[in-house]
Amino acid sequence: MRSLTNADWYLIRGTGVVTLILFTLVVGLGIATTKRWRLPRLPRFVTLGLHRNLSLLAVVFLGVHIVTSMLDSYAHVGIAQIFLPVGTTRYGAFLGLGALSFDLMLAVVVTSLLRHRIGHRLWKSVHWLAYVSWPVALAHAAGIGTDSHAGWFVDTAVACTALVGAAVAWRVFELRRPYPKYLGAAS
Amino acid sequence: MTMKIRVNPILCDGYGQCAELLPEVIELDEWGYPIVPRGPIAAGLEPAAQRAVKMCPRLALSLERAA
Amino acid sequence: MSAAAVVERRDRASTRLLARVDTPLPRRARSELLAEIDASGLTGRGGAGFPTARKLAAVAKARRPLVVANGTEGEPASWKDKVLLSENPHLVVDGAVVAARIVGAREIVFAVGRANRTVRTRLAHALNARSDGFEVGIQTVPERFVAGEESALLHHLEGGPAKPTIGRPYERGVLVQNVETLANLGLVARYGSDWFRERGTAEEPGTVLVTVLGAVRRPGVAEVELGTPIRDVLQRFGGLSALPHALLIGGYFGTWVRAHDVLDLPLANAALKPLGASLGARTIVVLPHDACGLRESARVARYLADESAGQCGPCVFGIPAMADALERLDVERLRRLAPQVTGRGACAHPTGATRFVASAVDVFADEIRRHRQGRCCGANHDPVLPLGASRDWR
Repeated sequence: MRSLTNADWYLIRGTGVVTLILFTLVVGLGIATTKRWRLPRLPRFVTLGLHRNLSLLAVVFLGVHIVTSMLDSYAHVGIAQIFLPVGTTRYGAFLGLGALSFDLMLAVVVTSLLRHRIGHRLWKSVHWLAYVSWPVALAHAAGIGTDSHAGWFVDTAVACTALVGAAVAWRVFELRRPYPKYLGAAS
Repeated sequence: MTMKIRVNPILCDGYGQCAELLPEVIELDEWGYPIVPRGPIAAGLEPAAQRAVKMCPRLALSLERAA
Repeated sequence: MSAAAVVERRDRASTRLLARVDTPLPRRARSELLAEIDASGLTGRGGAGFPTARKLAAVAKARRPLVVANGTEGEPASWKDKVLLSENPHLVVDGAVVAARIVGAREIVFAVGRANRTVRTRLAHALNARSDGFEVGIQTVPERFVAGEESALLHHLEGGPAKPTIGRPYERGVLVQNVETLANLGLVARYGSDWFRERGTAEEPGTVLVTVLGAVRRPGVAEVELGTPIRDVLQRFGGLSALPHALLIGGYFGTWVRAHDVLDLPLANAALKPLGASLGARTIVVLPHDACGLRESARVARYLADESAGQCGPCVFGIPAMADALERLDVERLRRLAPQVTGRGACAHPTGATRFVASAVDVFADEIRRHRQGRCCGANHDPVLPLGASRDWR
């Protein structure tokens, strides 16, 4: 039985926050793609490419976050608790939220990797779950209690929320298919 | 072995990523929708064509191979 | 128009499609029937002209084939299917039964437009009076221009909007056949391919139902032998009621042709091809000299724009752009638009609309000049080309 080490503890929290930041960017870039937005002077496929690549990077960080939380004897997270909100840990419901967010995100990522096999409609309907996964992940991060009151965490959480909020507002503001906007946008 | 690019006009939503990835053969019309060539495209363009097919956000592109 | 759908019965003895059949439908082997239809050279009478035998053979391979009799007739200028279904529904049902026997279907759906109650009532009456051993039913379809397109019709029957889809119904085991084609099937099954080929031309055999509107004395529907000179065809409708300027042949996906170029030609695709025209669903509208071809065409172009299913960018944007340009008489713009619109939709709508507009600009070139000088000779004429009114897709 491994004893608590500072390195593990920092790793769990550090990778957790990085995952949150990365997925925040991923949501923003996903919405930006539907808006045909481009990073200045770059082609539009870069927006979509970044959305996809950052999401895979985020999955890697999430993987480390999950594995270290299982290995760490202080955290005491079991394999079932990674996927299901079951059992008792010192983190209560907020760990379960992490599991829920993870499940939803897994569905989104797996269907995206298999996009060409499952067809557009099925892929699209599962992809919408990302809008559920993100706030649940934020609630997990905020409520789990490890850093909830730390200034740096609060600042980060507020910034991420602002970015996702702005992106969603942008999306909702023009929820009907934005055909006329792209008249003449042939470049 | 020839290769053609097909676009499903119902799925296509004028994202235009294909024209950026395969500018040699795909042009956009004045509304942002791709004009794909009717005939076969050069074999050397296959990797770029595959990328265009993979990147299409609406899965509207496909490659057709004929002997 | 509804009151004017007159059926020409003068040639009672020689009519085929509108003559009531008294003999029961003979039972023949599937392969024999299919060979007979192939030999007859029968092609689809809905406008696309697809070889019937080929479609039947494709659907016969399916596990659970379905026959759909297409009497939707979304083209506002065409009345032949409504007339056929009201006047001789039994022949259409015969043909549907023959088709069902050939492909091995158990169910036949008759699709008709929602608004026309006479058609529905007469067809229902005919279906009630017979028992051919198939599950039969009538489905009504909203009267949209593209709703009668075979994939759009199937989409509606499956519970969706009457909008076209990728993929052909016959590839999915569904035979969608125009009611006039089915009526011909019923006749070929009874009288054989040789009999069928006695009329018409060698390349375009048989008789067809033609709708003629506009400057004729008795607008309506009549059965005509393919290859008949167009002037004689117009005589069947009482002859011209005014000096003709141009004819619109093939409906709103068709083309305008100058009257003097076409009146002496036979009613056949082979003869019309050099003029860039084709029979389509055989609707002929005669435009008199005192009507304005440009105004009529602009109205129809706007109608075609409104009838887009809204699924494909080049159609959604291109057809309204063409309607705008036509209204402004911007010929240059139309020339630039045409290659961006034609052939770029999931169905023939953008192609047909482009063809229609291009033919208007060509045939009414003189009118364009006059309009630019501020003169229009047909400003006060009543509209000649009818439009549809439905706005529903389901």
